[in-house]
Amino acid sequence: MKHLLSINDLTASEAISILDTAAQLENLTSGTVKKLPTLRGRTVVNLFFEDSTRTRLSFDAAAKRLSADVTNFAAKGSSVSKGESLKDTAQTLQAMGADAIVIRHSASGAAKRLAESGWVSSSIINAGDGTHEHPTQALLDAFTIRKHFGPTRTDFVGLKVAIVGDIVHSRVARSNVLLLKKLGADVTVIAPPTLIPYGIENWGVAHSFNLDDELESFDVVMMLRVQLERMNEAYFPNGREYSRGYGLDEVRLGRLKQDAIVMHPGPMNRGLEISAASADSVRSVVLEQVSNGVLVRMAVLYQLLAGADQVSTGGLL
Amino acid sequence: MSELLIKNVVITDGSKVDIRIQDDRIIAVGPNLAGEGETIDCSGLMALPGFVDLHTHLREPGKENAETVLTGSQSAVRGGYTAVSAMPNTNPVADTAGVVEQVWRLGKSAGICDVYPIGAVSAGLNGEHLAEIGAMADSAARVRIFSDDGKCVSDPLLMRRALEYVKIFDGVIAQHAQEPRLTINSQMNEGIVASELGLTGWPAIAEESIIARDILLAETVKSRLHICHVSTKGSVELIRWAKAKGIAVTAEVTPHHLILTDELARGYDPIYKVNPPLRTSDDVIALRAGLADGTIDIVATDHAPHPAEDKDCEWASAAFGMVGLETAFGVVVTTMIETGLMDWDRLVQVMSINPAQIAGYGDQGRSLTAGNIANITLVDPKRVWQVDRESLVSRSSNTPFHGSTLTGAVVHTIYRGALVLKDQKLNGGGNVSNG
Amino acid sequence: MSLVLDSGEITRALKRISHEIVEHTHGTDSVVLMGIPTRGSFLAARVAAILASIESPVEHGYLDITMHRDDLRLRPPRPLAETVMPPSGIEGKHVVLVDDVLFSGRTIRAALDALGELGRPQSVQLAVLVDRGHRELPIRADYVGKNIPTSTKESVKVYLSEIDGRDSVEITGGER
Repeated sequence: MKHLLSINDLTASEAISILDTAAQLENLTSGTVKKLPTLRGRTVVNLFFEDSTRTRLSFDAAAKRLSADVTNFAAKGSSVSKGESLKDTAQTLQAMGADAIVIRHSASGAAKRLAESGWVSSSIINAGDGTHEHPTQALLDAFTIRKHFGPTRTDFVGLKVAIVGDIVHSRVARSNVLLLKKLGADVTVIAPPTLIPYGIENWGVAHSFNLDDELESFDVVMMLRVQLERMNEAYFPNGREYSRGYGLDEVRLGRLKQDAIVMHPGPMNRGLEISAASADSVRSVVLEQVSNGVLVRMAVLYQLLAGADQVSTGGLL
Repeated sequence: MSELLIKNVVITDGSKVDIRIQDDRIIAVGPNLAGEGETIDCSGLMALPGFVDLHTHLREPGKENAETVLTGSQSAVRGGYTAVSAMPNTNPVADTAGVVEQVWRLGKSAGICDVYPIGAVSAGLNGEHLAEIGAMADSAARVRIFSDDGKCVSDPLLMRRALEYVKIFDGVIAQHAQEPRLTINSQMNEGIVASELGLTGWPAIAEESIIARDILLAETVKSRLHICHVSTKGSVELIRWAKAKGIAVTAEVTPHHLILTDELARGYDPIYKVNPPLRTSDDVIALRAGLADGTIDIVATDHAPHPAEDKDCEWASAAFGMVGLETAFGVVVTTMIETGLMDWDRLVQVMSINPAQIAGYGDQGRSLTAGNIANITLVDPKRVWQVDRESLVSRSSNTPFHGSTLTGAVVHTIYRGALVLKDQKLNGGGNVSNG
Repeated sequence: MSLVLDSGEITRALKRISHEIVEHTHGTDSVVLMGIPTRGSFLAARVAAILASIESPVEHGYLDITMHRDDLRLRPPRPLAETVMPPSGIEGKHVVLVDDVLFSGRTIRAALDALGELGRPQSVQLAVLVDRGHRELPIRADYVGKNIPTSTKESVKVYLSEIDGRDSVEITGGER
């Protein structure tokens, strides 16, 4: 596997083996010494066109724990601030000799363009491209779910997962839907009709406009961040109405199943899609998601860089 | 006096003839003609009236790194076009007599095909105030078609006034139908593919709602409406309904909308990014049927050249548009003739006769008979060829057909009696005195 | 294929190794066995059981060395096996690494690195079931079940009942 651009790049067993690797890495790095020599001499570049301190730090830590050299490149590439183009930036990195490029960009498909354009020969890891996908987020979410519902599971059959929020604009939602389905989970997306994507019937998930209908049946409730600016584009009237209909407040929290967990990819809008109490409750695994993120990203870097160079099936190289 | 003799060519009724041309006119059509000038043996080829493109972007003035009137003319000629209409979204916008005359003069000095500037409907394409339509109509360029193409005339009041205004000289308003409020930051067809790719959708209804409105306006005002680049099944149905009611609406379809679909966007390669976007196969089928049954009157390329850096990037940053002059004939033959949806007479109508008629280009779209101006395209209807973007004559190479195989190739082009394209190569030509 | 050790011989070898460990460490106080997966883990468990019966119980654990290998880039990425620390850790202990076959010595080099990152043992020794020669690094075993000179064309395979259903050591590929 040369690139990780989309969950579609992984079979179910490849995804599980990433989770297994992450589990073993947790063992290996739980002591005082957190560093492994495996990627010594390899260079990983974090190419972030969008601000994201948490994801960048997570990849940064993951690469460093494997002894890779890390370069952080905070680029400006939006059409608003016309900086260097993606192509020029990429070719600069190629000249510097990056083995892997972790890219976050505001344009859907940017990671795939980077991987298939022939501008660079590095392995590309998609850290979030526009509203398209965020594969490592889905993997760390699956890892978190697995730890709670059976650490050695090879599938999620029988698990009921709800994904709640701005589905249409969420790359976290798309990647999670793809991965959870691939692993056999039963997924329902919940949002007002304006935030449910066109053609949801083709996604292979259930959808509902009502958060209260089946709340008691879910094992996992994943809350997505909602941007208040969307109310200016008439997706919903205001934050208050959104919260009332789709926010995880204390009443809803109290109705959840005994062992259900609450997840959120962060950053959270406390009081909007998730109340402070819900965010801080014992059911909330938000902080675990963050620490699992480093382990899963270490596993992905290991998978892409440690072994022999493999030919990607989809690229031009 | 210059002479040109075309020998052994087939015309649309199947008969094999020779065509004798003197200066800028056909002087004889028939078997076994003799002549005094250059003789070209066209065995195996068909002679068609020169193609007329009512929708081309020549980019000059303002974006000469993408195309100029000269390179665009060369591209047109290679595609068998003897006349192109240049859209006004240049920089400065063609919204005054001054700019349209500049484009017209550049066309004349290139001298290898007719270049007819289209004038803007609104000043600066701002959609707020009428441009100097009368001045442009009276100018040396004699503009008759007006469009804000690239943008929609979305204000219904402005559209009504424009339709009324061009009645002075029997002009036509060509609408780029795209309701701006429904297409904010749209990237590709709103559909299943866009939903999976995380790209903002451009819904069909944004095109259809404007067409519906403008058809009713054209009926009320009793003026001529032309719909640019129709792209959806619903749009075809609306136009069919309008024509059945006798409303004076005409419509065009691009070659790429006759064959390409939004599935091509899956690789995020912006070579497939265009406005209006590639749609679904249901839409392609409806457009082909509409072109065949007369609902759609013409093929128009919407030739939109862009420099490499505007396509060599992520989808959202890429420019919309594809070049099309040099592949139009091949695509139309492949999608409409080879499939049996259309015969050669219909092809001539949609690529030559109808566009000339809509625009009022008297020397174009004329039958190949003695006395008519010699604007002729000589084609090999059966030649199979592979598109290579490096060998396009246009200054830009953003074609979605690179590597594709097409049937039907333009071999020679005769513009006002001059052999401007010979064996698919530009042939000097030019500087013929135009009418 | 040539059978070098049968089930009985393997058992006797492990018993002898266990007695040698007792002898050389002057009792098994603060001895800890670390098996190198896959088959070294099973051997470590067996030796621990034998030590418990002849002397006193000895803690054991498993040490996956994949992340410290020097030959990762030669093959597609390998799955990681389990690393399990013995209950009382390895700080200040006499660690005996246990593996099935000692060949180039690179696995043991990686194991020393891996061990070093888990803590600081008082000493590290090595017990192997088979030493087949052809060292590429200055590594030697302290306890050897059997020395089997081999040519590099040959392949030494250890089968253990816990995973392979039988106990044997076989050589293939040569001209024995």
